[in-house]
Amino acid sequence: MASPSRVATKKPSAKTPPPAGAGRFYLLLGGAAVIGIGILAYLIFRPKEVSIPADVSILASDTAGFRGYVMGSDSAKVEISEYADFQCPACGSFEILQFDVVKRQLIDSGLVRWRYRDFPLPQHKYSRLAAHAAACADDQGKYWPYHRALYDNQGNWSFAGSATGLFRTYAGQVGLDVAKYDACMTSAKYAPRIKASMDEGTKLGVASTPTFLIAGRLYRGVLSSDTVAAIARAAAAQPTQ
Amino acid sequence: MKSRMAVALLALLGLFISTYLYLFKVGLIGTIACGTGGCETVQLSPQSRFLGVEVAAIGVAGYAILLGVALIALNRRFVAERWPVLLLAGLSGGAVLFTAYLKYLEFFVIRAICRWCVASAVIITILFVLTVVELRRTRTAPSV
Repeated sequence: MASPSRVATKKPSAKTPPPAGAGRFYLLLGGAAVIGIGILAYLIFRPKEVSIPADVSILASDTAGFRGYVMGSDSAKVEISEYADFQCPACGSFEILQFDVVKRQLIDSGLVRWRYRDFPLPQHKYSRLAAHAAACADDQGKYWPYHRALYDNQGNWSFAGSATGLFRTYAGQVGLDVAKYDACMTSAKYAPRIKASMDEGTKLGVASTPTFLIAGRLYRGVLSSDTVAAIARAAAAQPTQ
Repeated sequence: MKSRMAVALLALLGLFISTYLYLFKVGLIGTIACGTGGCETVQLSPQSRFLGVEVAAIGVAGYAILLGVALIALNRRFVAERWPVLLLAGLSGGAVLFTAYLKYLEFFVIRAICRWCVASAVIITILFVLTVVELRRTRTAPSV
C-alpha cells in the first residue's frame, strides 16, 4: 500500500472512465480554439492599416531630383515654396480660404510658380499617411485634386479613429485606380521622399506650418492672398542677378 | 482535475496571445491593438529577440508545449500519472523565470509596457500556481 506522500499508483488503463465534465471541457476548449483561430485569421486577412515610417534612410534614388509638387509655369518670375502639413489646421485654412485667389491671380497669370513641400509634423497622427497618399495620387497624375480633397475633408479624417479607409475613399472620388493606389500605399515607397522634404525644410529653418519660402525669405504662418501677391510682385520687380 | 483543465485553457489563451504578437512581429497583421504604443516599442526593440530567436516565437512554442502536456495530463490513460503534472510544473516554472527576466527588460531597459506581454505574464503565473496546486494534490492523493 502506498504511503500518502507517494504517487498514486493505480495502473492507468484505456478503460479508465473519463474525468467528470470532460465532455463539456473539450467542447469549451474546442470552441475557444475555433474562436481564437477565427480572430487571428480575420486579423491576417482584413484590409490592413497602412503605416508610413518616419525614420527611413534616404537614398539619392528616393528623391531622384524630386523637389515638391509644382503648379504653374516654368518661366514664372517668382517661385513660392509652401512647407505644409495636410493635418495642420492653419495649412487647411490657407488652402481653403486663400489658395484659390492666389492660383487665379498669381499662378494662372504666369507670375508665380507654386511648389508644395511636405512637412508632416510629428504631433499629427495622420500627416505622413496623408502626404504619402498624395504622393500615390501623383503617381496617377492626380496630385492636385487629391491634395484638395485632403484639405477639404481635413476635419473628417483628422479626428477619425483610422484615416486609411477615408484616404482610400478620396482616392476613388478623385478617379484614382484604387488597386494601384493600395499597392502604392502598402509599399510605403515615398516615405524617404517625404522625409527628405522635411529634412530640406528643417535645414532652411522651417519649424512650423505653413511656412512660405519666397525669394530666399521665410514667411511663417497663414498669409492672406493679398500679402502673398504683394510679396510676389515685389520679388518679381527685383532685378534678377 | 479542474486545475488541469484550467491549465489547458490558460495555455491555449497564452498561445493565442503569443501568436498575435508573433504575427505582428513578422508583419502579417499590420498594426497591433495596444492603446499605449508600448507594444510596438517592446516588439520592435532589440530585446524582442532572445539568443537570435523572436521572444514571441518562444512564447508560441512554449505555450503549445504546455497545451500539449496539459492535454496529455487530462487524457484518461494519464489521469492517475504524476509525471505530466511534474513536467507542467517544470516547464511553467521555467517560463515564469523567463517572463520575470522579460519584465525586467520591459520595465528597466526598454522602459515601455506591452499590455499583451503583461497579460501573458499573468497567464503563465496563474498557470504555474495551478500546476503547483495540482502537484501537491497528486502527492497527497491516496492510492486507489
